[in-house]
Amino acid sequence: MTDKVLMKGNEAIAEAAIKAGCRHYFGYPITPQTEIAAYMAKRMPKIGGTFLQAESELAAINMVYGVSSTGKRVMTSSSSPGIALKSEGLSYLAGADLPAFVVNVQRGGPGLGGIQPSQSDYFQATKAGGHGDFRMIVLAPASVQEMADLTIKGFELADKYRMTSMILADGTMGQMMEPVEIKDNTEIKTVDKPWAVTGTGCKREHNIINSLYLKPDELEKGNFERFEKYKKVEENETMYEEFMMDDAEICVVAFGIAARVSQNAIVEAREQGIKAGMIRPITLWPFPKKPLLAAADRVKKFISVELSMGQMIEDIELAIRCKKPVELCNRTGGMIPSPEEVLAKIKEANGGNN
Amino acid sequence: MIVFEKPKSLTDAPLHYCPGCTHGIVHRLVAQAIDELGIEGRTIGIAPVGCSVMAYDYFACDMVEASHGRAPAVATGIKRADPSKIVFTYQGDGDLASIGTAETVHSATRNENITVIFINNAIYGMTGGQMAPTSLPGQVTQTSPYGRDPKLCGYPVKVCEMLAQLEGPEYLERVAVNNVKNIKKAQAAIKKAFENQINNKGFSLVEVISSCPTNWGMTPQEALKWIDDNMIPYYPLGVYKDRSNEEEK
Amino acid sequence: MAKLTFKTDLCKGCGLCVDACPKHLLVIAKDKINQKGHSPVEITDQSQCIGCAFCATMCPDCIITVER
Repeated sequence: MTDKVLMKGNEAIAEAAIKAGCRHYFGYPITPQTEIAAYMAKRMPKIGGTFLQAESELAAINMVYGVSSTGKRVMTSSSSPGIALKSEGLSYLAGADLPAFVVNVQRGGPGLGGIQPSQSDYFQATKAGGHGDFRMIVLAPASVQEMADLTIKGFELADKYRMTSMILADGTMGQMMEPVEIKDNTEIKTVDKPWAVTGTGCKREHNIINSLYLKPDELEKGNFERFEKYKKVEENETMYEEFMMDDAEICVVAFGIAARVSQNAIVEAREQGIKAGMIRPITLWPFPKKPLLAAADRVKKFISVELSMGQMIEDIELAIRCKKPVELCNRTGGMIPSPEEVLAKIKEANGGNN
Repeated sequence: MIVFEKPKSLTDAPLHYCPGCTHGIVHRLVAQAIDELGIEGRTIGIAPVGCSVMAYDYFACDMVEASHGRAPAVATGIKRADPSKIVFTYQGDGDLASIGTAETVHSATRNENITVIFINNAIYGMTGGQMAPTSLPGQVTQTSPYGRDPKLCGYPVKVCEMLAQLEGPEYLERVAVNNVKNIKKAQAAIKKAFENQINNKGFSLVEVISSCPTNWGMTPQEALKWIDDNMIPYYPLGVYKDRSNEEEK
Repeated sequence: MAKLTFKTDLCKGCGLCVDACPKHLLVIAKDKINQKGHSPVEITDQSQCIGCAFCATMCPDCIITVER
């Protein structure tokens, strides 16, 4: 284990990726994630890796597709509009069952939007990463330490399941500095990739990386198989954290920076005698449906705290099968709800008695 | 003694191309170059979106199918990941000169050490004969039914001339495959484009003037004549850039 | 003496080889149909073939093997 160092969230992602064995980074500048590119530009040449500023987000994600085809660990990072440009490539990666690690440090939208923190790409990441039937593993860190840990986890999951794993962070997480400890690479799990294009050496049949299946029965079969794999991901890789949920009557659901704000509000609510707690999804896909459904039998109400117009709230309602009301506590466009705003919502949900 | 047979870098899969389509000739020239240079075992090819999308079934080396226009970006990733591999893209005019123009220009200006085989047949074949970036002025296609009017949709993109303005690329040549003599020249150019990569010289692109009898609405023979009469006058054959020559001078 | 062998079932009958032959020895056999439904190429007089491989050079489908 290494010592703790003070790092920005974006830099923690970059250093953790290097520790995870990633030696190839491709990106295009966009605020608020450019520190990742700048860090890679400095580090990669020193360790025999590739940093390349691509001509566009489209080129960057397709360079990722190329490296991933050879079986090597590779990543790109961007922010909201840039991820939209990458979505074609994300779909091709899924169709060709290639592992990839992608970071979205979200900014406000739609359109060019703003550069302040946001969580309004929840739908994009969890449901609409691109055209066609596919999923990505979506990881939502709530601290700089988690930015690093989930990066390493992201590379491992991508390789294990041959799919894209995405860090869905926001400008706050990217820019914030906290002490962080990055795992040594001896602990990194790697897998064999016999499917990779490494040259046949004239010793085996050629490997083909492809997502074209013109016969509908073959395409359907591939999609069924891929969704069997997704089922395993849902069974084995769902991550969440519970906070003061043992006797909670009000269940806040929040991820990333919204979870940190909510935690303060919950502590304050408890001091005022309100039994509030929180379920914090760490994976947004797979979504922690089971703990939410279990909580639905115990709590009075749910509150979805989001930096968006209310996107995750739909998944909460689905997860709890609308057994209990779900309120929305949100700011958007780069605004962050204050602990007081969340506390007020908790009080309101509790019936305004306290 | 066998003096001509199918190169071993082609698989036994029957080509899906229309009768008389010159894609098959260019596939063979690429495979011949790979065979002659003895690089099959370390070559990785990239198929485009377009008529040659299924090229991954035809080349015996490892193959990757890229999204429309992005083959040079995919090639960049592969080559950067493993510079010991020989990486080529095989792209049509819509792929390389329309939707993928940025990837083409930027891989050329970076002098990415890859080989690009560019099929210019002045039409979108796979989707049924729409106007290409390289369709000639006046050329009738499904989406230019009154003939390509440069006032409405601009002039054809001359890829070799355009890329020759860049400092980056090592080698740019335009060839044709409409007769035996031109095919021999095309064969030499394609081989050179691979040799350049083996010798770490950088970006080499061979533009191959090809025919599309089906969508040009001609017999295969008429189509080859149309290349002589219309394509080659607009797209003159020859070397547009060759840094090895520049250095000699 | 030169010898041509055709993978007749892969022939699409495009006729590019016919025009390329300097000795005019190749014809499209209009009276025959191969597995693909095309009328394939045939050589009229093998003994006249000079083994120049022009036909094979023009063939888009690599169906011709030339021996000399």
